Formats: sequence, structure tokens, C-alpha cells
Amino acid sequence: MSSNNHTPSPLVELLRRYSVLIILIGIAAIFALGSEKFLTASNLLNIALQTSIIAIVAMGMTFTILTAGIDLSVGSVMALSGALAAGLAVRQELGTYTAITLALAGGGLLGLINGLLIVKGKMPPFVATLAMLAVARGLTLVYTDGRPISGIDERFIFLGNGEVLGVPLPVIFMILAFIIAFIVLRYTRFGMYVYATGGNEEISRLAGIQTARITVGVYVISGLTAALGGILLAARLWSAQPNAAAGWELDAIAAPVLGGISLFGGVGSVTGTVMGAFILGILSNGLNLMGVQSFYQQIIKGVVLILAVMLDLFTKRRR
Amino acid sequence: MSETTPILRMSGISKSFPGVKALQEVHFEVARGEIHALVGENGAGKSTLMKILTGAYRPDSGQIAWHGRPVTIASPSDSQTLGISMIHQELSLLPYLTVGQNIFLGREPQGRLPGFINWQALYAQAQELLERLSLDVKPRAEARELSIAQQQMVEVAKALSLQADLIAMDEPTSSLTDVETEVLFTMMRALKAQGVAIVFISHRLEEVFEITDRVTVLRDGRHIDTRPTSDLTRDKIVELMVGRELGNIYPYHPTEQRDLVLEVSDLCDGRELKNVSFQLHGGEILGIAGLIGAGRTALAETLFGIRPATGGHIKLAGQPSKIRSPKQAIQHGLGFVPEDRKQQGLFLNMAVRENITMSGMGLVTNAGFVDNKKANGLAQKFVEKLDVRTPNLRQNIRNLSGGNQQKVIIARWLTLSPRILILDEPTRGVDVGAKAEIHALMRQLAEQGVGVLMISSELPEVLGVSDRILVMHEGRITGELSRDEATQDQIMVAATGGVENVVK
Repeated sequence: MSSNNHTPSPLVELLRRYSVLIILIGIAAIFALGSEKFLTASNLLNIALQTSIIAIVAMGMTFTILTAGIDLSVGSVMALSGALAAGLAVRQELGTYTAITLALAGGGLLGLINGLLIVKGKMPPFVATLAMLAVARGLTLVYTDGRPISGIDERFIFLGNGEVLGVPLPVIFMILAFIIAFIVLRYTRFGMYVYATGGNEEISRLAGIQTARITVGVYVISGLTAALGGILLAARLWSAQPNAAAGWELDAIAAPVLGGISLFGGVGSVTGTVMGAFILGILSNGLNLMGVQSFYQQIIKGVVLILAVMLDLFTKRRR
Repeated sequence: MSETTPILRMSGISKSFPGVKALQEVHFEVARGEIHALVGENGAGKSTLMKILTGAYRPDSGQIAWHGRPVTIASPSDSQTLGISMIHQELSLLPYLTVGQNIFLGREPQGRLPGFINWQALYAQAQELLERLSLDVKPRAEARELSIAQQQMVEVAKALSLQADLIAMDEPTSSLTDVETEVLFTMMRALKAQGVAIVFISHRLEEVFEITDRVTVLRDGRHIDTRPTSDLTRDKIVELMVGRELGNIYPYHPTEQRDLVLEVSDLCDGRELKNVSFQLHGGEILGIAGLIGAGRTALAETLFGIRPATGGHIKLAGQPSKIRSPKQAIQHGLGFVPEDRKQQGLFLNMAVRENITMSGMGLVTNAGFVDNKKANGLAQKFVEKLDVRTPNLRQNIRNLSGGNQQKVIIARWLTLSPRILILDEPTRGVDVGAKAEIHALMRQLAEQGVGVLMISSELPEVLGVSDRILVMHEGRITGELSRDEATQDQIMVAATGGVENVVK
């Protein structure tokens, strides 16, 4: 009788379960020793603020990766949504909240198109969203005519720079997004089917799950979170930049990967994604505090990504 | 509806796939509260028939009546709605979901809010089901943490939770221990008492006699017979399963046998192989017969270094060997023509020439650069030698027939002049003409002193081509027969775990 019931040592099991958290704490400990300013309340809030927007986008990305897909278009969708929100508010004078709502819908629509290209067009997610990356960036440049859109009002700016009880608003949005994503993935039918579809689409389909709808759904979510991120970014910068968030898709993918979400689908949690985003945020912040040049920071980030994934693979192997 | 109306009546069911008539006018009936065995050789059509019943395939013609009423089953959910569920031979659990999630996948109990799942109810129901099966598994454990047998039992729990009137079980015991099998049988008897009908597919005839009420035999896609189990004997079932005349398409010339090229003793792989021992001589074609899942492919892959051996010894030409990778196997003079030509054998986007020269690149390169002249020369030599029918060497391998593709794979090995060639189902999906050519080629290689190991599920092929035959069953060698004494019946008895009186 074959059996794979080997019991790993408690230490390995602990490492396996909390490897992301251990890396996060380890990196934070190094910076705390290296810089006195690191462990101050104001710096920690600063880290949360710097991490918040990418964390929001990465949470949407997590849904696509859980279905064994990917969304490369998030950076461009962020830029287009930010430009739409600012443009509709400033040029069309639609009112800030109407403009923002329409911009969010626009992001959701781009996600819907991604999803339909994948499900109906049978395109690999990589290709469909790579095309969307180009198209959405082009639309942004056309819409903004290549120039920043400024002149947004205070209510808009408040979203990116305001505070409630001392907590920056983007951080509050991040916390809300986390709570919603956590509940959806943990407690709802949709969340469960996201894992099932990513685990094995054929088995899921035979169990009566409409996997096409699930797939479209995750790209809509990713479009919506990218739009929210883009709007917050525009608010933070007081203007919508045509080149905003260029290349951010890489960090939005790195965060879930650091957080232990398998690119093959079906494994991981949004908690991991947030921790992954914070690893990236803490690295930037801490390296800045220690006066490391930004060119070197890139190299260190890449190396940390490799080490974290190697540790993850090492603890999960041998079964 | 009278008591005698069968719960299921499939009549005149035919189904063809390109080049194969999988089912022809098959008739199949199951009564309420009956355990009905469906038996036949590999490829007899059992799985196809069940896939039609569960909606995975649509029949080309024929009717299905359920409780006496004609029905159309167009999808798996149609059959589930009717009350038909299936336990597939391949496990269909999602490894990273919990046992409870797997059992109720697609049918989760509704929580208080729409779209939410009532996890408490789900796990309570799962717990109850697992207890009914006396299964010591936690509903919140992830499926990947379970042993294969436990996973199999969770599949049973899943089928039970559907409250089906008919459960089709495709080889449900193939990975269960005796104790677990007994638990399953107890369960099956309880279900039967409740009026549930069960279709039981098994290669283990002793189980068929232990648990079933009636037996239906399929052969070559046709319905051969349906009889009460008590009217049958093991030998009678085997006869019905095998039944056909052995055609004379295998002209046989024995070859002079030479020294031992391979000695295997107590080989284990920790999973499928259990203490396999045998010897292979140069100049010999050794056939390996057995049913799907008997461990034949595992044996070939272990010999070739694809999967690690966990125990036992392998000697090549008298020298102990520790082959750990295909590369080492090739260096030691082994060649392996795998079972799945498209997935494991061919470079599907490449030309005939590249497919032939890929393993012997060293022969056709100068300082790392491919020498076109040499490559063409080598490929051309083997195309002629093996009579590969291709317009030219640049032809994409996809465009060749199955038989010619197989010849190209064999040619690739021959460029390396192997001393041992392992062929796994070498003529599957190959037409009759090319089949005979491949058989002739194997004999030719044997005459040149190569030791040939041929795995085949086709009994006539095994009997027609081999000098000697090993039969495997559940990872062990359960029979060794010389060419002269071997018969289809003897092989089937050994392959279904029959008396081991044929082991020398």
C-alpha cells in the first residue's frame, strides 16, 4: 500500500506555514537594527501609505493568479482610470464622485474585456492582458494628449492625502479592500470556486461550476482594484499623469508571489499578498533610510524575491 | 412502473472515434438494488459506455431509458440530476481544497447571506458521511494530505452525498488495501439494501465473485453476454473476455539467445513496483503483459532512470548499475520508446530529420555546430532502413501516420546502437501494415543481439511476438510463461491476480 503520510518535523511545518511572515519580520528586524528611525510610529505609517496602493492592486491580481491566470494590464488600467477620473471631473465637470464612479466602472469594463478575451477568445491570460497593457496605455496617452491632467478639487485630493483619526485614507482603503477580499475568498461560493477553478478547471466544470464566469469575474475584480489604485495614485499626486504606474504590474505580481501564491493557481491567500506587498514596501523604505542608492535597491529587491521563493519551494517540497 | 422495470436500460449504443469503433450496438441493463459487474479487456469499451452514461460522451446512436422513461444525457450535470454518479478511476479531488470542500464542490450548503457558504453545515455533513464510511479522515484536512486510498474513499463519500440511485465505480479498489476494500464492500451492500444500483468495473475477478449479482462482458466494443454471477466461473469469464481467434499476422522466427544483458532483482519504487525480478538476454524479445495500472510502465520508467528505485538491484551485462537519469540510462546502452507518442516521444513541431538525430546530436555536430551533410546522411540512412514513409527529411513529424511516427522514434534510438530497447505499447494506434513492420523490426534488432523488452496490452501481440512472457499484476510479476506454453487464458488469469501457479 502506497502512502504519503510522512510527518514533517514541527520546525519545517512552522517554516512552511509562516515563511512569508518570518521573512517580513526578519527584514524588518534588520532595518530596525540598521536605522533608529525605522521603528517609529510615523515611519511605520509612512510604510503603510507607500505600500497601500500597490497592495490594493496586488489583491485584485491575487484573484487572477489564484485561477492560474495573470493580469499584466494593471499598470495601464491604473493610468487610464486615474486620467478618466481627473479628466471627467476637471474637463467635463461631472462632479468628483460621479467622475470617480465612472472611472471605476471603466476599470471594471477593461477587466471584463480581458476576461471575455480569455474565456470566449480562448486566449492565454498572458497574451490577452499584455495586449490590454498596450491598448490601455495608448488610450491614456490619447485621452490626456500626453500631458498631465491637473486641477482636481480638494475632495479628490483628500482621497490620496487626507487622514481619518491619523490614518491616511489610502491605508484605510487598503484595509477595507483586504477585509472584502478576505471574506470573499474565505466565506463565499465565488471565492471557493476561484480556488477550485485554479486547482483544476476540468474537475471544477464536471462538478457543475461555471468556470467561465469565475474567470471573467476575477479579471473584472482585477480591473476594479487597478482602477481604485489608479484613482488614489492620481489623488496622491494632485494630478493624473499619462505615464502613471508604468511598470507597476511587476510589483503587483511580485507581491502575491512573495506572499506564497502559486502561479499555477489554486493555492494562497490574500493575507500572503498583503505581507508580500509589505516586504516590498519595507525594503524600499528601509534601504532609503540606510541611504542605499536606488540602483542598488533594484538588485536587492530582485535577490530577496529569489530567496523568498526558494525558501517557499524548499519548505513545500519533499512530499 | 412494475418491479421488473430495470432502473437503467441502454440499448443499441454505438460510439466511434476516428479510426476506432469503440462501441457497437451495445445493450446494457441494470436492475434496482443490483450490483452489476462490467468486465472486459482493456479497450473493450467499458469506460466509453460509462462515459456515455455519465454524460461525458454523446453516443452516435442508441437509447437510454431511466426508470423506464427515455432520457437524453448531454452533460455530466444531466446525469447527476437524474441520480447517476460516477467514481472515476483517476482521482478527481482538488489537492488544495479540504475533504469537505471536495465532497460538496458545486453543491455547498447556502449560508445566511446569498453567495455565502454555511461552512458549519458543510463540515458537519461531511463528518457524518465520513463516519458512515468509518473513514478516519478529518473533514478539514486538505485532500493532498491523504493517502491515495483515503482519497479514493473520499470519492466514495462524494458519490454517496449525491444521493444517487445508481453509482458507477470504475476500478474503485485498485488502490485500496484488503481492509479498505472490505469497508467499501460493506458500504456497497448497505447501499444495495437501500435499493441503490451499482455498476462495478474491476479487473479483479475474485471481487466480481464476492460482491456482484450479475456480470456483463464486453469485448471489442460489443456486448458478449450478461449472466448471473452464480452461473459463472473465473475461467468462463476469462474465456468470454478473451474469446477471439489469434490471427496469424505474427510470423515467428526464434533468435539465438546470447548472454544476459539485464538482470533485475527485487526492484521497488516505493509506490507501484513490488520486488520485481527478471532477466533479459541479448537476442530475446521479452513481452510484458498485464492490465492497465499493473505497474508495467512504472517498471520501464524505473529501468530508464525516469523515476527513482527505492530498492533492489539492476545489473547490466553482469555489471551492477546505478542509473539515476535517462541520460545515464542512454549512456549505458538503454533505449525507451514510451507509451504516449505525442507527449513523450515526439518533438511535434520539428521535422523528421531533427526527430531522428535529436539524441545522437554528437554524431552530426562539429564543435557544437550541426553539420547538415552528416545530419541528412544519418537521418536518410534510417529513413531507408526502417522504410519511414515521408516525402522528405524536412517534413514536419505531425504529418506522418502513427506507424511512421513510431518508426521515427525507434530510428532515433537506433542511431545510438542500444543494447537494450524498451518499447511501451509500441503499436498502439498504428495500422495493421505498420504494425507488422514494427514487429519485424523488433525481431531484426533481436537478431543483432539487442535485448528487447516489449510492454503490450494486446494479448495477441504479446503471444505472437515474444520469446518469453512476463505477466504483471499490482506491481508484481505474477506469471512467467515460455512462448510454447503461453495461452491467452493463462495470461489473463495471472493478470487478474489468479493463482500464481505459473511462476516458475
